[in-house]
Amino acid sequence: MPYTPELKELIKKVEKTRPQRVERKKRGEEFQPMTLKEREEILQYHPDFKEEGRREILVGPNKGYRIAHEMVDLLHAKSRVDPDKIDLSKIDYETDVLILGGGGAGTAAALLARKQGMKVLMATKLRLGDANTMMAEGGIQAASKSTKDSPYYHYLDCMGGGHFKNVPELVETLVSDAPSVIGWLESLGAMLSKDDTGLLSTMHGGGTCRKRMHSAGDITGAEIMRTLRDEARNFPTDIKVIEFSPAVEIILNDKGHAAGAVLYNMETEEYLIVKAKSVIMATGGSGRLHIQNFMCTNHYGATADGLIMGYRAGVPLCFLHTVQYHPTGAVFPEQSEGLLITEKFRGAGANVLNIDGEQFVYEREPRDIEASAFIRECMVRGKGVPTPGGKPCVWLDSPMIDMLNGEGTVRKEFPGKWILFHRYGIDIAKEPMLVFPTLHYQNGGLEINKRGETSVPGLFAAGEVSGGIHGQNRLMGNSLLDVLVYGRICGVSASEYVKNGYKGGKLTLNHVKEFNAGLDKDNVATEDRVSPMLLPDYSNPEIRRKQYTTQYVGTIR
Amino acid sequence: MSEEKVKSKDELVPIFFMGKCYEVPSSLTIQKALEYAGYQLVRGCGCRGGICGACGTVFRYPDSYKIEVGLACQTVVQPNMYIAQLPFFPGNKATYNIADLEPNGSVFTALYPELYKCIGCGTCTRSCPMDIDVLGYMSKAIRGDIEGVAKGSFDCVMCGLCSGRCPAEEVQFYIAILARRLYALHMQPRSAHLKRAINSAEEGQWTEGIAKLKAMNLDTLKKVYSEREMEPHMGPEDWIPGDTNYVNVD
Repeated sequence: MPYTPELKELIKKVEKTRPQRVERKKRGEEFQPMTLKEREEILQYHPDFKEEGRREILVGPNKGYRIAHEMVDLLHAKSRVDPDKIDLSKIDYETDVLILGGGGAGTAAALLARKQGMKVLMATKLRLGDANTMMAEGGIQAASKSTKDSPYYHYLDCMGGGHFKNVPELVETLVSDAPSVIGWLESLGAMLSKDDTGLLSTMHGGGTCRKRMHSAGDITGAEIMRTLRDEARNFPTDIKVIEFSPAVEIILNDKGHAAGAVLYNMETEEYLIVKAKSVIMATGGSGRLHIQNFMCTNHYGATADGLIMGYRAGVPLCFLHTVQYHPTGAVFPEQSEGLLITEKFRGAGANVLNIDGEQFVYEREPRDIEASAFIRECMVRGKGVPTPGGKPCVWLDSPMIDMLNGEGTVRKEFPGKWILFHRYGIDIAKEPMLVFPTLHYQNGGLEINKRGETSVPGLFAAGEVSGGIHGQNRLMGNSLLDVLVYGRICGVSASEYVKNGYKGGKLTLNHVKEFNAGLDKDNVATEDRVSPMLLPDYSNPEIRRKQYTTQYVGTIR
Repeated sequence: MSEEKVKSKDELVPIFFMGKCYEVPSSLTIQKALEYAGYQLVRGCGCRGGICGACGTVFRYPDSYKIEVGLACQTVVQPNMYIAQLPFFPGNKATYNIADLEPNGSVFTALYPELYKCIGCGTCTRSCPMDIDVLGYMSKAIRGDIEGVAKGSFDCVMCGLCSGRCPAEEVQFYIAILARRLYALHMQPRSAHLKRAINSAEEGQWTEGIAKLKAMNLDTLKKVYSEREMEPHMGPEDWIPGDTNYVNVD
């Protein structure tokens, strides 16, 4: 649906200020970025700082830690299956390395573990590659141009973006391995944007001091994911994939080491036992929990499963009190609501504007700062642009990009978004987009060290399910990097563990029984639910109410 | 949940999912309409944003013989639409070691010999929800134009709708990804600056600098961060910072 006459009228204000803004940008004059002190002040408008949005965890290693209700609800819920019903002597699959999750981290881990001579089994909830990695649009950071950049500056940017709370050794590994990860992608034949001399195209992102955002058009994640998936499928005997069968519990052995997982075949509804010498948790994030009722950019399967399983197995959580809201989620037209509008638009020069067509924030602040400024402009200053649905939002002035970089740039650099909006009757090379913050990324997660190890021997974690790398706020382009750096590390670490540290032992789910018992003892169990959640419920409640049969009666439920 | 709340003011329209009629709000996409009708989706739902290719869908409008296609998450329902999903297509993927292959047409002959059975009907192009000229790149594949296939298929989400409707039983999307990988690996020039950056990092050239940052107290680190030099937005590719202590100098 094209813009309404009211919105078209408001676009005129954007057009009026545009020529001057373009001229200023060309002269190198930018809207004043915030000082660290100003950043601190504006964060009061960030959803993380809403105390009523969170509560204490009452059980497990992080007892007393205050995080979002939606996460605590799941941590306080019981296992999906009664551990006493599961016969751990009947093994359905056996493998060296079991990988839970089939996104970027899991697939990178699988490829590296295979190189180490391991037999790999991947269990994934949806299809291999159906993950947030696929949806990452803008790019992947790496200091690949050493005459003007290095991991030193990448480290600085990363720490500043994370409010200096990041775990330093994790950041050091992230930025130091970054160039070789781009080299790995090159060697796999991922089609990165580069010129005829091999010069990789790099741009700025929010909070970067050097242009180090590499991309593949505006579908960087999709290009990386489909390449990794294709490579993994080249080795069907070494890397086995079981789709639509998410893990619901980690299995430990009597020494307390990770020893496998219970899978749930979502189609036949049976539970399956995998015995493994090591386990890599790569289950991704939690956007589909819709924290504080925010719309979200995430994949259908992003429901925090790994956090729940890891926590029950005894792994501490960290940095979950901060959640990333991407500043620019689509607001109009309604069917695009929540969709990610890549930060690359701002990296390419697009200003952010209020109802008067005026700038109120520098467009390349770190994400939490940028999002807070949008929220303040709309909710406090009342300068938001009203949409037909009634929701205030701000303009993202994409037509500037063509004026700065030449006609056709938007179409060439943002083909995915151009087509999408073109179908709605909006030409984003000529008309600005309406945006508002949308739930995007789980900054925290399971605690890991720089080898990807968790506190449970034999259990590793990589990607969005882990925490500490990004501190309290992740910068653009560091998540694709994170999944590849730590996915690869976990592939190697888990393999070395199998070769040198694996002891074997009797399989057990006692930790799950104990966790359930702890919930009963403290009387905190969420009665109406079990976890992990696996999939969000978007079905019609009227119809849910009429689904009376919950178990098999005769031939069908 | 918030995202899927349906506004009551929406008028209800009938749609036929696998032949069965449901009344759904007219503003919904096919995907959300199925959920409104009571389905808990397992197959045929992925990113919900038009990029993962999990929700390939075929449909037909009333009084039309024509089969239309779309992604369920991107297509808004129309009254009396007949809908069926194709969440999985059993295409045959060849296995290969990409580094060992030669970037020319003989690769297709060896790995996907059915390529040459293409009858040029163009059903693939008409079946592509991403508006890709599939027949165009398939013709290039037949001619051995790897670069043409790679560039022409770049937006492919690998939903499989092209294969699903192909009378010659081609697996266009697998041919396309093979070509993209061949092109990127064997035909695009390798990046020299990247190689240099990898070497510097692997030789530990920045370890000392990062160690200094790690050892700094918070106030000093904040100061260094705030004063770090910004590469200008419109600056040239060969911009050189004033402080060259932590970059390579030519």
